[in-house]
Amino acid sequence: MFILDADFMRIAFATGAVVGVLAPAVGFFLVQRQMSLIGDGIGHAAFAGVAAGYLLDVSPVGAALVAATLAAVGVEWLRTRHRAAGDQALALIFYTGIAAGVVLISAAGALNANLFTFLFGSILTVTWSDFGLVAVLGAIGLGVIALLYRGLVAVALDEEGARVSGLPIGLLNVALAALAGVTVAVSMRIVGILLIAALMVLPVIAAGRIGTSIRSTMLLSMGIGLLSVAAGLTMSYYGNLAPGGAIVLLAAAFAVIAVAGAPLLNRAR
Amino acid sequence: MQLAVELKGVSFSYPGGPEVLSGVDLEIRRGEFVTIAGPNGGGKTTLLRVALGLEEPTGGEARLFGEPADRVRDRYRIGYLAQRARLGIDAPASVNEVVAAGRVARRGLFKRFGRSDREAIADAVARVGLQENAATPIQRLSGGQQQRAFIAKALAGEPELLVLDEPTAGVDVDAQEAFGAFLGELHESLGVTILYVSHEFGAVERFVERVILVRGGIVFDGPPAELPAHWHDPSHVHP
Repeated sequence: MFILDADFMRIAFATGAVVGVLAPAVGFFLVQRQMSLIGDGIGHAAFAGVAAGYLLDVSPVGAALVAATLAAVGVEWLRTRHRAAGDQALALIFYTGIAAGVVLISAAGALNANLFTFLFGSILTVTWSDFGLVAVLGAIGLGVIALLYRGLVAVALDEEGARVSGLPIGLLNVALAALAGVTVAVSMRIVGILLIAALMVLPVIAAGRIGTSIRSTMLLSMGIGLLSVAAGLTMSYYGNLAPGGAIVLLAAAFAVIAVAGAPLLNRAR
Repeated sequence: MQLAVELKGVSFSYPGGPEVLSGVDLEIRRGEFVTIAGPNGGGKTTLLRVALGLEEPTGGEARLFGEPADRVRDRYRIGYLAQRARLGIDAPASVNEVVAAGRVARRGLFKRFGRSDREAIADAVARVGLQENAATPIQRLSGGQQQRAFIAKALAGEPELLVLDEPTAGVDVDAQEAFGAFLGELHESLGVTILYVSHEFGAVERFVERVILVRGGIVFDGPPAELPAHWHDPSHVHP
């Protein structure tokens, strides 16, 4: 059977395309600001959101969206108000999220196979209505990045200089944190909560060794993300594998090849 | 007389710490080229941060362009080069992209660049002599070229006040001299107010109109020729 004959694969590819482009686009700015691991912390908060969704009998994706966005903005608040160092703020959100998730899941009696589809991704459980939510949130996310692109670049290049020149640093930082939260929530059905951070980081690492400018590096990272998702879903379909793992292993392979091949590429230039 | 910077009886201490600055009175006129010098830990960077409105003085008043320094509108009028300017990111960034980042505040966060912005960016790149390298990743340029690119970034917003905080720290004496001469030319051609903060000010001593020595307060404020001999920067000898 051809892969696209199956309706669930068409949904998975459509949803995956949004995720494959959005995650590295947001991850690009996180990596440049040495915040690569924030996606992991937010992912754990999203897990608590999924658990709360089960307990309250509301949409787990919607609950995860709220939890992930609040967690991301919370990390940013703790960091910028100097209430905690960056890694401490992340640790606080990280462990609170996973602990709250475990407690809520056990309270809801939902420690079952369905939960694993959120943790590691699944191509079988994504519906057209999930895709609709992902497409809308993805379009909003990419639109916000396009709108704030120059400001986000200016802050990434030189935060102090941007502050002196009067750019609204707080607004840009909160917007980036909220984008990270939305990306995690949007991506978890395909890639899984535990692996989404990798899709935000690995394509950026690979593209950073190939690109020659900020713009080309960002576009390349989105291309590598898209390719990783498409190839990973295909592997997942034919190999009956968890899609999150397949996607991230491919993204990691791209990163390793780019890092190893960078000296050759630079000599050729 | 229009003032760029005005400090009246400014004192400053960090929470729970000793007083870093006390009783500072300072006026810097528009168009002046001034160096703020002094030993490390003497308070010159703190003075700069108070003057720019980044820190609130614990006593006295700081004004910038005639407004309270922390509430200045149109802060894009300040071009800023941070200590040992270096790229804050790991990804390749072309010279044009770095310089363009210095234009964002003047244009406004949500507005697209127009022709005047593109011209200002190209002009800033040309002014520092990097037009041939405009598309080159800045990471592939020499240290001196990178420094010029950062100057171009500070100039892209067409600032009225150019602030350079320890711009030559760790740079060899010849490169410092070349940089000082470049700033002298820039001051002459643009007429922009330049505030050069450094404990090594020998490279700009020939070009500045005033030297301000800071050690907890201002211990000298006058033309370089009146600077006591033992306070000159010994690493730069100009016949």
